[in-house]
Amino acid sequence: MNAVEEKVVARLKDRYPQHVLGHAEYRNQLAVTVKSDGIVPLLRSLKEDPELAFVRLVDLCGMDYLGRDEAERYAVAYHLHSFQHGLWIRIRALVPERPGEIDTLSGVWACAEWLEREAFDMYGIRFRGHPDLRRILMPDYYTAFPLRKDYPLRGQGERDRFKVYDPAR
Amino acid sequence: MVESVATPAKSAGAKTMMMNFGPQHPATHGTLRLMLELDGETVVKCVPEIGYLHTGFEKIAESMTWNQFVTVTDRMNYLSPLNNNIGYVLAVEEMLGIPLPERGRVIRVLMCELSRIADHLLCVGLQGMDLGAFTVMLWCFRERERLYDVFETVTGGRLTTSYTRVGGLSRDLPDTAVPMIRAALPLILETVDEVEKMLLRNRIFTDRTKGVGILTQEEAIGYGWTGPILRACGLAWDVRRARPYLGYETYDFEVPTRSEGDCFARFEVRIAEIRQSVRIVRQSLDRLKPGPWCCEDNKVALPAKDWVYTKMESLIHHFKIIMFGHGFAPDPGEYYGCTEAPNGELGFYLASTGDMRPWRVRIRPPSFLNYTAVCRLVEGRLLSDVVAILSSLNVIAGELDR
Repeated sequence: MNAVEEKVVARLKDRYPQHVLGHAEYRNQLAVTVKSDGIVPLLRSLKEDPELAFVRLVDLCGMDYLGRDEAERYAVAYHLHSFQHGLWIRIRALVPERPGEIDTLSGVWACAEWLEREAFDMYGIRFRGHPDLRRILMPDYYTAFPLRKDYPLRGQGERDRFKVYDPAR
Repeated sequence: MVESVATPAKSAGAKTMMMNFGPQHPATHGTLRLMLELDGETVVKCVPEIGYLHTGFEKIAESMTWNQFVTVTDRMNYLSPLNNNIGYVLAVEEMLGIPLPERGRVIRVLMCELSRIADHLLCVGLQGMDLGAFTVMLWCFRERERLYDVFETVTGGRLTTSYTRVGGLSRDLPDTAVPMIRAALPLILETVDEVEKMLLRNRIFTDRTKGVGILTQEEAIGYGWTGPILRACGLAWDVRRARPYLGYETYDFEVPTRSEGDCFARFEVRIAEIRQSVRIVRQSLDRLKPGPWCCEDNKVALPAKDWVYTKMESLIHHFKIIMFGHGFAPDPGEYYGCTEAPNGELGFYLASTGDMRPWRVRIRPPSFLNYTAVCRLVEGRLLSDVVAILSSLNVIAGELDR
């Protein structure tokens, strides 16, 4: 871990001691695991801290750890980037299966709006306070959440029940 | 339904019209749909709808081995498939921690940059065509044909190249490819000069693109923009410089930037990047030396065929890499690897459990992040500006929807 990464971990543990569950390093990349409540002030502090300056939200995605040894089933992984330090870090917020909700980041980063819509579309994770939480990639009438681990690769028969518009009828 | 979301915002007395733009339309790049609420010619509200090309790449990845997914990466940004191949495989190799030999790295840089030239040529050509300059598109596509001939000679495919494998490449660069590339480069530069002459001081083009679709640098960062469109807003940031891979720190090239942040600036940045990519291609051709092009670790990269036929160990390695239930895997953990694709930062967030199939492959698609700003760019502008803005963003539906 370089000096900036150590500062990130130290500041997060200092300011949000109840929320930080742990941190790990894999191939020189820092990943901090946090609880899902209070994610907005935590990430905002990383963005607005002048010494850290993680101003860019690189990516936001859902994760499903069904059957694996994680504290909760779902997680939302936020990748942040700091131009000042040229550093990428990962904050993984663990989201319990029920209620499967986490606060929205669309007030902090504009791109979070669509990224969260995709996480909702694929995993069913609801984002509290999101201005327009609806499906983005799947059709509107779709009811399942495809990237969940218990959803089969070939679907649940939706392709056979596809609505076909037949003007002859 | 989406239509209910796009409710007209009626101002006092004004009547607005809902117009559906796409998904099948010559000016939308791929299957993009915009529901525009128009007040005369001005766009009052814009509701984009995406997902027409959603194939479920990320779901498919969970059922494929690490090497099999390379074939799927071709289909993301299908204009520059080699960039996707190389980006994915680099992320896996960084997880595995295996180094590549010099020739493998040089060939990858060469193919990356040729692919970047192809993508930018198309984008620039389509920017011209969408605004009426059909000739420009045909000129650019003529040059792309030269590059496609190169890709076919080297990889065997024009669009679905699947050239890389984890640990190296699928095959060595054939000797016939080098003179083809050297012959193509001056012709490409000539065409780029012609395109510039045609469009840069063309009144129609400049009126339709200058001052259109401006985003400030802070807003662009907030929308997650990367790549040429961010560089057109003034931030000289490139993954090849920020987090060098494949030896890019040893190549001599510039990162072109403009400060206006409008469609014209994005056009200029792409033209300049084609020239810089040609520089890198020439340098990499000079660096090509005979040698190994795959990593030595035969637990990951297939051993050479004559070894497979003569050495027991190599035979076992060959079987174990391919056999179901065996195969290589990175150590359990999660990793984010990114490269500079023609549209921006193409990232792969990979989660491994030590199994021969990944647990999760999350693709950070530059087109998706770039497209998040479309409502902000389009609202308040004229309908004809929508076309100019869409073509300058270079949204590839395959990468947008995956």
